[in-house]
Amino acid sequence: MKALMKRLGVKSLDFFIYIGGVFHLLVSTTFQIFVPPFRRKEFFSQMYKVGVLSLPIVFLVAFFTGMVLALQSAYQLTKMNAQIYISGLVALSMVRELGPVLTALVIAGRVGASITAELGTMKVTEQIDALETLAANPVKYLVVPRFLALCIMLPILTIYADFLGIIGGYLIGVYKLLIGPTIYLQMTYDSLVFKDLFTGLFKSLIFAVIICIVSCYEGFRAEGGAEGVGKATTLSVVTSFILIIAADCLFTAVFYFMFP
Amino acid sequence: MIEIINLTKSFGDNKVLDNLNLTINSGEVTVIIGRSGGGKSVLLKHIIGLLKPDLGQVIIDNKDVSRMDYKELDKLRMNFGMLFQGAALFDSMTVGENVGFALNEHTDLPEVIVKKKVARALELVGLKGIEELMPAELSGGMKKRVGLARAICNDPKIILYDEPTTGVDPVMADAVNELIIDLNTKLKVTSIVVTHDMISAYKIADRIAMLYKGKIIGIGKPGEIKNTKDPVVKQFVTGASKGPITEDGG
Repeated sequence: MKALMKRLGVKSLDFFIYIGGVFHLLVSTTFQIFVPPFRRKEFFSQMYKVGVLSLPIVFLVAFFTGMVLALQSAYQLTKMNAQIYISGLVALSMVRELGPVLTALVIAGRVGASITAELGTMKVTEQIDALETLAANPVKYLVVPRFLALCIMLPILTIYADFLGIIGGYLIGVYKLLIGPTIYLQMTYDSLVFKDLFTGLFKSLIFAVIICIVSCYEGFRAEGGAEGVGKATTLSVVTSFILIIAADCLFTAVFYFMFP
Repeated sequence: MIEIINLTKSFGDNKVLDNLNLTINSGEVTVIIGRSGGGKSVLLKHIIGLLKPDLGQVIIDNKDVSRMDYKELDKLRMNFGMLFQGAALFDSMTVGENVGFALNEHTDLPEVIVKKKVARALELVGLKGIEELMPAELSGGMKKRVGLARAICNDPKIILYDEPTTGVDPVMADAVNELIIDLNTKLKVTSIVVTHDMISAYKIADRIAMLYKGKIIGIGKPGEIKNTKDPVVKQFVTGASKGPITEDGG
């Protein structure tokens, strides 16, 4: 019993240390954004890595999700002769929910893992210590460019995913379910309001913060060589996934009650 | 002068430094010897403020390093150069960018001057003209020398060397020794060298300090350490397998 209590105590302490560390990193990153100089070269390089190089995988995921969504809803709606509503269903699901969440999960897997692996390797090979001895702040130097790149590129990738999902749904709706193209587009347009796009993009911004801070924090915490970096990378992706889903649930509820 | 007073540091249950006291005189080469995993690198990291002590102080120019804020630490570190055990070169940068990092970051020197200083530092470590190579293209010994070039490029007043001759061939190791002596005699740089290479220690040291079980158990000129009566120091410097130091760290 004593051992159990001790273990519980240690685990709780670890949890609070983790939460404290993550918040500390978030605060110091936000602060360092405003401290000159601005690292333009590193920032654009990260924008390219996070955004441009993620276009193909986001394309695949969003496009096929739009198609699958149209097909699955057709399965029910054709029974009621209501296929016409597929367009609105696909558009709303993509813009409000699947676009932001799926893009965030893909980016957490692709970019978040690579950030943790890179920073973790730098940590275990003492490169982060070397940065500090050369009077360069690791948060300023490593986290800020990644943070800004993710916060800008994830919402842009989300818009791209929303659009591709709608195109995927359109192809199924028009060419398989034989809904008129004009009517399909009109119904898509009519079903969306600015609030839908705004809430989706706001969520994607929150997801970007989660992915960056969690993956950088795990990278900075890595220790013990290649095995440690592997563990940190796994933990970073798993934690990001959980936090993305939890934040999605929280903000969807908040938006539901704030803007019914 | 660097004063280390009652420095104590533990990692979990492992007490690595235990009430350690040491004074390092300016302009001298102080060599710290001791067993692998004995806390020598941890001591260096305390001196440059990378680690915070559990107890005790590291006083540099009458200021306690562990109480400095980030700005003060950065200012202090501008006077430091550090060579890491594994060189710790930045993988994503060329050799030239690595060596000129501090100059590019913290000075407004024109690019031509920075390039000249980088070329000079690389020449000093015997690696002329490799500015455009990436660290992944270098051998272990070359990486170490590039790390050394990075440590000396911005003309620091204090240089910390973490095993400078490990992984370097004997000829180059002697050249590194000569370079450490040269920097010390010509520029009056204060050098703190962590090593277990006794040939190097005898050659470069003004004073040698032995770190054992978290404490400095012996300190003196190379000749004094060589002829010491202390059984632990004697066993270490002669490299005998039998004696008070056992394989399990006893």
